[in-house]
Amino acid sequence: MKDLVDTFNGEHPNITVEMTTLQWGDFYAKVPNAVAAGAGPEIAVLHIDQLATNAARRVVVPLDDLASELQLTENDFHPVVWSAGIYQDQRYGIPLDVHPLGLYVNTGLLGAAGVDELPADRAALENAVAALQESGVEQPFWVTATWPAHLMFISLINQFGGSIYDAEGATATFNSEAGVESLNWLTSFIESGASPGDVANDAQAQAFRQQRNSITWDGIWMMNEWAKVDGLEWGAAAVPVIGDKPAVWASSHQFVVTSQAAEDDNKLAASSAFIAWISERSIEWAKSGQIPARNSVRESAEFEALEVQSILAAQLPDVVFPPTVAGIGDVTTPTFELAVNEVILGKASAQEALDAAAGKADDLLADNREKYGG
Amino acid sequence: MAETLRLAPTRVRRGLPGARGRRAGAGRANTVGLGTALVFLLPYLVLFGAFIVAPIAYGLWISLHEWDFLLPGKPFVGFDNYVELFTSGSVSSGPFWAAMRATAIFVVLSVPLLVSVPLALAVALKRRFPGRNLLRAVVFAPYVLGVAVVGLLWRYLLDPNVGVVNYYLGKLGIDPVPFTTDTPWAWLALVVPTLWWTAGYNMVIFLAGLQDIPRELYEAATIDGASPWQRFRNVTLPGLRPVMVFVVTITILASANVFGQPYLITQGQPGRETRSAIMQIGEVGLRQFNMGRASAMSMVLTLALMGISLVTLSFLRERKARR
Repeated sequence: MKDLVDTFNGEHPNITVEMTTLQWGDFYAKVPNAVAAGAGPEIAVLHIDQLATNAARRVVVPLDDLASELQLTENDFHPVVWSAGIYQDQRYGIPLDVHPLGLYVNTGLLGAAGVDELPADRAALENAVAALQESGVEQPFWVTATWPAHLMFISLINQFGGSIYDAEGATATFNSEAGVESLNWLTSFIESGASPGDVANDAQAQAFRQQRNSITWDGIWMMNEWAKVDGLEWGAAAVPVIGDKPAVWASSHQFVVTSQAAEDDNKLAASSAFIAWISERSIEWAKSGQIPARNSVRESAEFEALEVQSILAAQLPDVVFPPTVAGIGDVTTPTFELAVNEVILGKASAQEALDAAAGKADDLLADNREKYGG
Repeated sequence: MAETLRLAPTRVRRGLPGARGRRAGAGRANTVGLGTALVFLLPYLVLFGAFIVAPIAYGLWISLHEWDFLLPGKPFVGFDNYVELFTSGSVSSGPFWAAMRATAIFVVLSVPLLVSVPLALAVALKRRFPGRNLLRAVVFAPYVLGVAVVGLLWRYLLDPNVGVVNYYLGKLGIDPVPFTTDTPWAWLALVVPTLWWTAGYNMVIFLAGLQDIPRELYEAATIDGASPWQRFRNVTLPGLRPVMVFVVTITILASANVFGQPYLITQGQPGRETRSAIMQIGEVGLRQFNMGRASAMSMVLTLALMGISLVTLSFLRERKARR
């Protein structure tokens, strides 16, 4: 991204873009303050589940005019991401990318176990695990209790025909049978010994690098991490269909313009020029392990040449985003993310933990409605 | 014995032999005028007011509202945020009290170690022997690290499946211990790094305190036939009392404000069992932007800490008065 910004600055002598990178944790706490104080950025990139919150808090402004001025329409983007940028009938985000979960497999070990194809469904995955165990990989599929366990849960519950929230994002629905089934499937690997228990944050990725964990579900961006490991033979595939239909968690980075820029027409024009320019060149961004939202880029030969990204891009029709409701991103952590953690660590039964978390989520959602007037 | 011992804290506090004389003149200072005193106090009072009193008052004000600084409406809700905290089953009470409980457990487990181990180190490193300064530096060194470094370092050391500690335990034939994902181990994973990290700070304060205990007292005790333990018990400990009050109080406060260790090492796992009060306040205030609720939580935590500090102070003072 830094190189892109430098090139942009070189080509546009009348516009200077200064880039600042923040940890996401800091970002959502700091940027709103900075924007309110007039000391923040004019343009920012944020995650889809934070878009509605920041729109409701008036950190970011509607971009319908900007989109029509740039002649950007649904035809230019994948429909899922394009519609995800809308909150209360107004567009706030111009999609930059989509980043789904993917299946990563140690193909060296899997090949040695006599399996040539990456598993695409439940039976194939369970067979691969069994074959790996027989070939001497004791624990081939590490089920973590933390990130990205709740993202696996989101994928699974949708595959089993359930959902995290209802379509309006008004109530939690993750304590359904589909939710319980999803968690039971995950914990079955720990019970059978195919996964160690107590897998803490990053341990499953660390073990994948060390060639101990040979199957893992992780974000598309992790591809660059695996590529850094000498001697690791790995392959990527779409998240297998464990339930009845394909579904996969994904998020999307969306360009937003802050209320700070909206006060100045020049800044607004510059922001618009920058977003249009980057969007067309998002192939560079794709190389860092992202799928461009822009059709023209995603369908280009250059993108097709990016093997892993292309494989995981096939999941786009099946991605699941949260409803665009203000505050929804902050309901995740204290509710079902916590329940998933408790269940995988064997601290609570699936139904019990999900019920408790759903009650809490309903309270928080109601709270947010009152607060943001959604 | 008791009579001589009381001298030590007195000297520590007043510093100079002339202190007594100055105190006699205190009455005169009153007649010089309140104005003079105020002028001297003013710089401090300005800072104290701007950075302590005003934020507390503002926080109190926020806690009476449903407050999101970016939303135009900040409805006044009176004591609702507090009532909610004390109503079981409400949105905020369950997680908050769970976090307070976790914080209390951490304080109870960490403070005794954070006081006794540095004290032992200080006594040991007060003696003269070759390499003493190097050892002092080694003990103090971790304190200069930031909590992020400490947290990440220990998280990887103690990881249940890929950590170094379990690797070596495995070599000894011990099954992997879920240090960062299950209680009671998780408390160990929080207390030990904290001890390693901050013991040096308390040790330095104790060392300074030890320098102020007159050597004659030790000599007298030795002549009276006191054993090393008796000297420690009857000379060192009473001599350190003012320092001890300070160390115990700040250590309790520091432990009660624990954030980085559970945030990085255990991430509050399992579930929310090791999630500290500050983590919870941060999540509610800075993630969910419910600053009113978070401020109310902070106020409750502050009051609890003030109460505990008063109890600690009176406890340590009372013992002094009894002597």
